[in-house]
Formats: sequence, C-alpha cells, structure tokens
Amino acid sequence: MSTQLVGDTAALTGRSLRHVTRSVDTIITTVIMPIAFLLLFVYVFGGAIQTGSESYVDYLLPGILLITVATGVSYTALRLFVDMSSGVFERFQSMPIARPAVLWAHVLTSLAANLVALVVVVLVAVLIGFRSAAGIGAWLAVAGILVLFTLGLTWIAVFAGLSASSAEGAGAFAYPLIFLPFISSAFVPTNTMPGAVRAFAEHQPVTPIVNTIRDLFAGQPVGSDIWVALAWCLAILLVAYALAMTKYHRKIA
Amino acid sequence: MTTTNAISVSGLTKSYGDQAVLRGVDLTVTQGSILALLGSNGAGKTTIVKILATLLKADSGAVQVAGYDLTESPAKVRERISLTGQFAAVDEILTGRENLVLIARLRHIKSSGLVADELLERFSLTDAAARRVATYSGGMRRRLDIAMSLIGDPPVIFLDEPTTGLDPQARIEVWQTVKALAGQGTSVLLTTQYLEEAEQLADRIAILHQGRIIVSGTLAELKAMLPPARVEYVEKQPTLEDVFFAVVGADRSGETR
Repeated sequence: MSTQLVGDTAALTGRSLRHVTRSVDTIITTVIMPIAFLLLFVYVFGGAIQTGSESYVDYLLPGILLITVATGVSYTALRLFVDMSSGVFERFQSMPIARPAVLWAHVLTSLAANLVALVVVVLVAVLIGFRSAAGIGAWLAVAGILVLFTLGLTWIAVFAGLSASSAEGAGAFAYPLIFLPFISSAFVPTNTMPGAVRAFAEHQPVTPIVNTIRDLFAGQPVGSDIWVALAWCLAILLVAYALAMTKYHRKIA
Repeated sequence: MTTTNAISVSGLTKSYGDQAVLRGVDLTVTQGSILALLGSNGAGKTTIVKILATLLKADSGAVQVAGYDLTESPAKVRERISLTGQFAAVDEILTGRENLVLIARLRHIKSSGLVADELLERFSLTDAAARRVATYSGGMRRRLDIAMSLIGDPPVIFLDEPTTGLDPQARIEVWQTVKALAGQGTSVLLTTQYLEEAEQLADRIAILHQGRIIVSGTLAELKAMLPPARVEYVEKQPTLEDVFFAVVGADRSGETR
C-alpha cells in the first residue's frame, strides 16, 4: 500500500507540476504582489519607518516571504477546485489508486512552486540591497521554517479548495492570510502600536516567525521566538491537515 | 464468488436529506452485454452510476460488480471498472498522449507509453497526440475520454451520458466504439436520455422513473408491451438528421474502422 501511495503520488505530482510549468502566468502573479510590496515599502514608505536596523530591506524581507507563500497557496486551492468540478477528481477516485495520493500530489506541487517563488523574491531583494550575515546553518533553518509554514498554509488551501462552491471562493481564503503580516512586526516594530492592536500583533503567528527569520538572516542568536514560531507552524499544519482530511473523507464514499 | 452477472443490484436506495432519489432499484447486466439506463433529467441515473463506481455510498441495498461486493471490497471493484463521466473528465492542460500515459501509470501498467500509442492509433488521435486537450473538439475529447477508460482492459465500463453535447457525426463515432467494446466481451452500463441511442446500442433497456426501474427488457419485449402495431400509410419525410448527413456527405452506415 505504501509503495503504491508513493508511486501514485509521483505520477499525479508530475501531472500537477506540468500544470504549473505550463501556466507561467500563475508563477508571475504569485511573485508580482510580494515584489510590489517589497518595492513599495522599501522605496516609498520605508524612509519614514524607524525600525532601529540599518537597512529597511533587511528588516522587511521575512514578512514579504510569508506574503509570497500566502499568495502562492491560493493557486493550490484553485487547482484542486478545478479538478473536483471538472470530473478529473472522480475519475481518479474510481480507479484502483491510493486515494490520498490525489491530495498529496497537490501538496507537493504547492511546496515546489512556492519554493521557486521564494527564491525569486529573495533574488529580487538581493538586487535592491538585501544582505545577510547568515551562514549555511542559518539559511537551512530559514528554509526549514518556510517549508513548515508553506505546508501549513497549503493544507489550509486544500481545505478551502475542497470546501469551495466557486472558483472565486477557492482563491479568496488567501486574502486574510496575505493581510495578517500587516498587523505584525513584519513592516513596523510592534512597540509603536496602540495597546489592543499591539497585543494582537505580538500574539499572532506571523510575529514570532518573522522575528526568528530576521534574526537568522542577521546572523544573530535566536531567542525563545524560534520555539514559539515552530509551535505555531506545527499547530497550523496539524489543525489544517486534520480539517482537510475530515472534509476529504466526507467528500468521498 | 463468481456470477454470470457483471453487475447485479437489488433494493438500492439513496436519499439526499428528505429527498429520496433512489427508492429500491433492481437491475442486472449480464457479462458482455450493454444495458441502457433510460430516464429523464434528475431521474437518478448519475446517482446509480456514482454508487456503482464507488464514488457515493448507498443508504441500503446489495450491489455486486464484477463478482465483488461493493461495500465489502470496493478496492477490488475499482480494479475492474472504469468510469466515463457525463462531462469529459480529461485534463485540458496535458496533451492527449500525456492523459493516456498518466492513467496507464495510475493503473500500474509497465509499458504505459506503448499502451498510450496503441489507443491513440485505435481512436484516430495519433495526429493530435502532442497537442493540449484544450485545443480538441468535443468529439475528440470524448474519444480520448473513452480511450482513457479502456486502459487496463476493465471488464465493466460505466458510460454516463456518453453522447450528451456531441454533434451527430461524433455521436455515431461513439456508438461504433461502444458496439465494438461489447463485441469483445466488455460489459457496459450506459445511461442516456436519447431513446434512439438506447435502441441503437443496448441489448437490454431499463427505464428509471421516480427512483425505481419501472420497465426492463429487450427492445422487442418493450415494444410488445405497447398496443399491437397497425399498418398506416404515411409519406416519409427526410428527418433533419438525414438532411444533415446528405449535405455534409458523411457516412452514417455504421461501419466500424
């Protein structure tokens, strides 16, 4: 059974990766919004923002990376929705395949597409002056956190794709995820915010994740934030996975 | 457990909330035959097909497909069936050949490329093999759809309204394909709302109405239920279909490739 799951997942992942590479527009739209935010905040608002760090692009990049993932996963929900409404999903489910392979293929494709988008955004940041003191270990830690974060958001996307009743609805769940970094330490330090907003900003998942990645990029020792960040990432992943699987089993006989 | 019936269904019920869609359906399909399930829109044809294809759970009833009990061993049933849905379930972004290779890989066939090429040839799609399915005509899509269903030679095939939305030429192509299938021993359950299609293809016809099979039998048996034929003299006008084929010059004699 498990070797069958691997084989079927590989075949179906090959299929959905072709969907990504043959619709280059989805890659471009995935990276264009985060890059627009990056340029807007570095060249328009950034001069007026006091972060205490020397370079605003260094301060900003971690939050932009999370926005990149949030934009990217909306296409995962959309692709899953199209599969279900077109009958392709039913064809696969009526075949002698390991059934979870249908979902895992979309999850792995999302991971691959988002990693490519993240690399593109980092390269653009480097072009406009982003510099990092991070060593190999710190970069690997950043990659690990982003992979966990992407998997968590991808399973939210799977849940959204399975639950949606229209293509627009399938993609719309991503808007709050894209918006969340604005009420966090991603763009400005939280200590300038009024009490209630500050309390929210400091206790939502984006702030510890952004702070951890920022410290890793700066080559600084990370504080307890990394454990809070990892706990959030794992919690999001587990809850979203459980919700998506419950929804999935209700969909299929 | 073996029977001579490819499909046997008894007492099948299914409700969506308060609405009973199937109220005790009984039907059988003998091996190598074609059963046409006739019914108007919303009669529950697609619900029956979805249950038989293991996509939907019935509320009650006993179902055997290809010798296996549907509720006890759905995985065994899936190895022996193939579903062609109402709307051609083909991947538009992949090419025709990639669609076939994907299904062959998912059916765990080693020589997936060879199988794909054979089917492309058999369904006259070789020239279009490397083109994305999004560029195919409705008839080509449906031919590809049926070709995908044949991979792995499943002994039981479900065709849910296979000619809905096709032009007359493409419909005749599909009919020829289905006839050829049954000739090779494949059992076919076909749903349709076109009476002519049932007449053309089916060994037996079952009429589904308000959640039950109200009549089933061969065409001759069904005709025998009607008042006896009377002889009347009527001028035979060409039908629009006769005109269509006379004008476009297509061959509708029904000869197979």
